[in-house]
Amino acid sequence: MPCIPNRRQLFAGFFKTGISGFGGVLPHARRMLVDDRRWLTDRQFTELLSLGQTLPGPNIVNISIVIGARFQGWQGSVCAISGLMLAPLVIVLVLANIYDHFAQSPILNHALIGVAAAAAGLILATSAKLAVKMDRSVWSAVIMLMAFLAVIWLHLPLFGVLFALAPISIVLGWLSVRRERQRGETP
Amino acid sequence: MTPPSILELFLRFCLLSLMAVGGANAVLPEMHRQIVEAHGWISSAEFASLYAIAQAAPGPNVLIVSLIGWKLAGLVGAIACTIGMCAPSSLLAYGAGKLWYRFSGSPRRIAIERGLAPITIGLVLGSGCLLAQTAGGHWQTYALTAGSAVASYRSGKNPLWWLAAGALLGVLAMR
Repeated sequence: MPCIPNRRQLFAGFFKTGISGFGGVLPHARRMLVDDRRWLTDRQFTELLSLGQTLPGPNIVNISIVIGARFQGWQGSVCAISGLMLAPLVIVLVLANIYDHFAQSPILNHALIGVAAAAAGLILATSAKLAVKMDRSVWSAVIMLMAFLAVIWLHLPLFGVLFALAPISIVLGWLSVRRERQRGETP
Repeated sequence: MTPPSILELFLRFCLLSLMAVGGANAVLPEMHRQIVEAHGWISSAEFASLYAIAQAAPGPNVLIVSLIGWKLAGLVGAIACTIGMCAPSSLLAYGAGKLWYRFSGSPRRIAIERGLAPITIGLVLGSGCLLAQTAGGHWQTYALTAGSAVASYRSGKNPLWWLAAGALLGVLAMR
């Protein structure tokens, strides 16, 4: 039986999630929500994750908003997102000010280049993990490649890319769902 | 180059918020295009450094936005950009949250999920490549990127390990 958190607990839960994750906090959010505090079942979390990933905006922020709203209305959303963002924002700004003092240090700059290069690898691994979970079809591979080339090779504005690709892609998604339904499979 | 006003930054990130399908890590190329390429407000190398600092702090990936705001307009800029990046999409999520559950399992929702997923993946892949280019662009840094990609894909270890290894290798490669 999932528990119902009050506002203070929402703040505290997301506060802990916010400060415990490096390089993205989604895995920690899952542990907090499902395993530790039992606010959600595993299935509910998966549902919520797909919402967070599909809607625009930072995934974990969307998740905190929806969970807050679900348990405590808009005040719950405010508590959850402030818990999530407060400490990381303060910490990152302190780090940035320290960096400013040592910005001329070659050691620091080389370390940061190394971190950025490693972080690029983390993002590539994320996209690979997402790609493995994606429904494999020719059209989705083509759309993926077009989105990639549009921003990386052609440097097109994202607005135009989304405006052109999203409707087509959603229609293709719709057709693939319908095909499966006709074949009697449940997607 | 004239630095942007806080209002301009805020509005730019408000728009970006609604375009960030797949989260903050999907829109690095767009941020880079606007902030570095189109206006030259910060350099490509600074962009990479800010991203690295954001990764060195705990918390969501959206912190890169806070740091861009901080770099261009100080503390107020950091807060304005963070709110700009979070508020519009949060309002949307607040409204859509209830609908999402109501349409659980509906073909329409599945169509939207399936349609947006490949775009998200293409954009996140693009973000990874962009960051790899801005972070040095030597064969050494590309090798580091490739190594961390494979390591983090294959092992569930805390990503902090790969970031720390990156910092260490970055310093060692100096000499």
